[in-house]
Amino acid sequence: MKSNTVLALNGLTKRFGSVEAVKNVSLDLQYGEVLALLGENGAGKTTLMNMLFGHYLPDAGSIEFRNSSGEKRLLDVGNPQTAIAAGIGMVHQHFTLASNLTGLDNIMLGSEALFSLRRNRHLAEKKVKKVILESGLEVPLDVSVGQLTVGQQQRVEILKALYRDVRILVLDEPTAVLTPKEADTLFDNIQNLAKNGLSVIFISHKLREVLAFSHRIIVLRNGQVAGELTTVNADEKQIARLMVGSETKINPKDRAKPGKVVLSLNGLSVAGRSRRESLDSINLAVCEHEILGIAGVSGNGQTALAGAISGMIQPYLGSIVISGKKIRANKPSTMILSGVGRIPEDRHRDGIVGQMTVAENLVIENISTKRFQRFGFLKFAEIRQWSLKLCDQYDVRCSGVDSTARLLSGGNIQKMILARVFESQPKLILASQPTRGLDMGAAATVADRLLIARKRGAAIVLISEDLDEVLSLADRVMVIRDGELHAAETLDRDAVGLLMAGEAK
Amino acid sequence: MIRIEPRESASKLLTWGLPTISAILALLLAAIPLSFTGAPIFESFFQLFKGVFGSKFAFSEMLTRATPLIFTGLAATLAFRARIWNIGAEGQLYLGALAAVAVGAGALDLPSYFLIPTIIVAGSCAGAAGMVIPAALKTRFGADEVVTTLLLNFIILIFVQYMLEGPIQDPMGLGWPQSSPILEQGMLPQLMERMRLHSGILIALLCAVTAQFMLVKSVWGFKLRAVGENSSAAQHSGISVKKTILSVAIVSGALAGMAGVSEVAGLKGYLTSDLSPGFGYTGIVVAMLAGLSPVGVVISAMFIASVFVGADSMSRAMGVSSYLADLVVSMALLCVLIGGFMSRFKIVGMSSKKDGTA
Repeated sequence: MKSNTVLALNGLTKRFGSVEAVKNVSLDLQYGEVLALLGENGAGKTTLMNMLFGHYLPDAGSIEFRNSSGEKRLLDVGNPQTAIAAGIGMVHQHFTLASNLTGLDNIMLGSEALFSLRRNRHLAEKKVKKVILESGLEVPLDVSVGQLTVGQQQRVEILKALYRDVRILVLDEPTAVLTPKEADTLFDNIQNLAKNGLSVIFISHKLREVLAFSHRIIVLRNGQVAGELTTVNADEKQIARLMVGSETKINPKDRAKPGKVVLSLNGLSVAGRSRRESLDSINLAVCEHEILGIAGVSGNGQTALAGAISGMIQPYLGSIVISGKKIRANKPSTMILSGVGRIPEDRHRDGIVGQMTVAENLVIENISTKRFQRFGFLKFAEIRQWSLKLCDQYDVRCSGVDSTARLLSGGNIQKMILARVFESQPKLILASQPTRGLDMGAAATVADRLLIARKRGAAIVLISEDLDEVLSLADRVMVIRDGELHAAETLDRDAVGLLMAGEAK
Repeated sequence: MIRIEPRESASKLLTWGLPTISAILALLLAAIPLSFTGAPIFESFFQLFKGVFGSKFAFSEMLTRATPLIFTGLAATLAFRARIWNIGAEGQLYLGALAAVAVGAGALDLPSYFLIPTIIVAGSCAGAAGMVIPAALKTRFGADEVVTTLLLNFIILIFVQYMLEGPIQDPMGLGWPQSSPILEQGMLPQLMERMRLHSGILIALLCAVTAQFMLVKSVWGFKLRAVGENSSAAQHSGISVKKTILSVAIVSGALAGMAGVSEVAGLKGYLTSDLSPGFGYTGIVVAMLAGLSPVGVVISAMFIASVFVGADSMSRAMGVSSYLADLVVSMALLCVLIGGFMSRFKIVGMSSKKDGTA
């Protein structure tokens, strides 16, 4: 352990049954350093951090840290209390804030004595203000957290950690819910904090931000350290190669001329969970041979839009027209019959019936067709043959078509849904967050399939929160914000980013 | 320190072994209260066993008792598989019985081969109607069917009591609250000389086999399972969740109604307000013990009927209370529920580094 090392993981190993999630991983973190931990889903990032925070007990290895007076100590693994005591704090991807309390109360929450009669709000406020001043994390303290923007809520989370005098801060996918501009501000703040001596580990799978904001990059693959790079010497291709083991294929953009209009939404209004998530009289049209990308920050009406097109939500105003026919009863079965293929946003909730078999899940949308039933009874041989073919064609890896669908990995579940959607030769495809939570390999499959479908002549609506994904696939981009659609004039990243944040013109 | 984690998949051995072990364990646990009464334990268990398998008559009594349990067990099984919590089999049973005496006790004077099917259809329709109300309230207004089906039981029972005191009271019944008996030709045929076993059990077995077949092989069963396992995904893939729930509710109610038909037209001959000693509720235990498998229901109904019939004979021979049967049945249910939890989750010790397989 070098003199300016604040944390060192030595040879950590964690096995789950026969799977080695983390294999002999060693890494160290220096004083005032921003270390990016990069890797695909399932590379072991989360397992590693869970060991650091004592949620998992490592099978081998140890963790060393330097305490506040600079002495070297061994962390008592498998005990969540010791990580906190050692000055290690974490900001989770999903915030753990009480939305009805003010920012200040949230920051104080948990660091007060449980049974003290007097609350020292005044002192706490003074300390928080001092932390804000030092870190530059501006946030209104006396407004209830529910009213803050997502970016502000995240700042409250970070302040909460800083308030507890953490010296090591772990950020798990911090930009997943932020607009590009908010993300930039966040990284400015982090770099500022690092200058003041905070050591930061940030977990990400977005190459761009890792390259822009870290000092050092550690890439994990299959539970092992695949490589370590100093950021100034790294480039995107090199990191991508380390992450997946080989360079990813860049999708070619061979555009065909858009054909007839397949889907048009005319003055469509859909009620969502909140006003911000409700659609207010939107219009859009998608043509054959065209991918329309819908970019936007999470929670701006994407769910309502996807719900309306997939037939799950009945709009209260306006019309949906598919291939010139107006949809009257907006039901999933109507949409399927109209030739709409739907890739749902939450594939575990809406995409599969986890307890049923892979074969059953593959035919579920067409179970009532003549092909798979006769007189109300299932044609097992036909179902089996068809699903074997699909699994083979779409590379769905499972222990057989009769295995339970929920046992499949996220990527294979998505491939199963792709098989179901694309094999029905849909005229219109709704892909809602199709690569969310997938590793790069599976994400590339999704992208390839979408491009093949476009070539075949399908119209595609791609709703995604990953701006880079939208920009790389879409022929045309619209931005959804506060339930309204705004057409982007160019496919320029900064312009679309500004539109997402609502700061254009 | 221990922690609880979900299992990847439950093994075949576990799904079959679990109910068996639970049943045996429940019987063994019954030895504890039995020993409190001072009765010799082995002798008592022998009497219990003898009460079921000791004679042809004993065995037929067990099958007679199992018949309504198969019907109510199937009613619960199909409903629960679709995640419809039908707690109202008891009420639907009485509706079925009421309809059976309404058409069978003299209202229609038809030959046997017309009257019996009419009674069966009337009874199952009445039972189905009793379940359609809560199902419609659920799909239309989102009313919790646990509450509606449970409370309907009391409404129906009081309604039956009212009918027995008035409109359908037997004029020859010396003022007892009981209905006129079902016509001779309306009764389900007996299966054996001088025994109470009736052909209701054949209908019950047929229903169990059909239910199993439909569940696994039909589109209806496919939809039922999909809605039960994940209604959101089922809806997304074009299955009408409301229609499926209504159709399952109809079938479930009809099966519970058949329990009433079989009791009244197979065994008792007339309706009283104590026709069922809680067959509707015991049906839930039967279904759970069977792991919600229609064919399993037959076996678990026979087990529970054995416990009841055997405990009766044990209490006569040994002078211990026959409430022991309720105790065994409840413990079997508890064992199954705990065992079911164990089959879905595993308990992992964290005491040493070696077994910290999280």
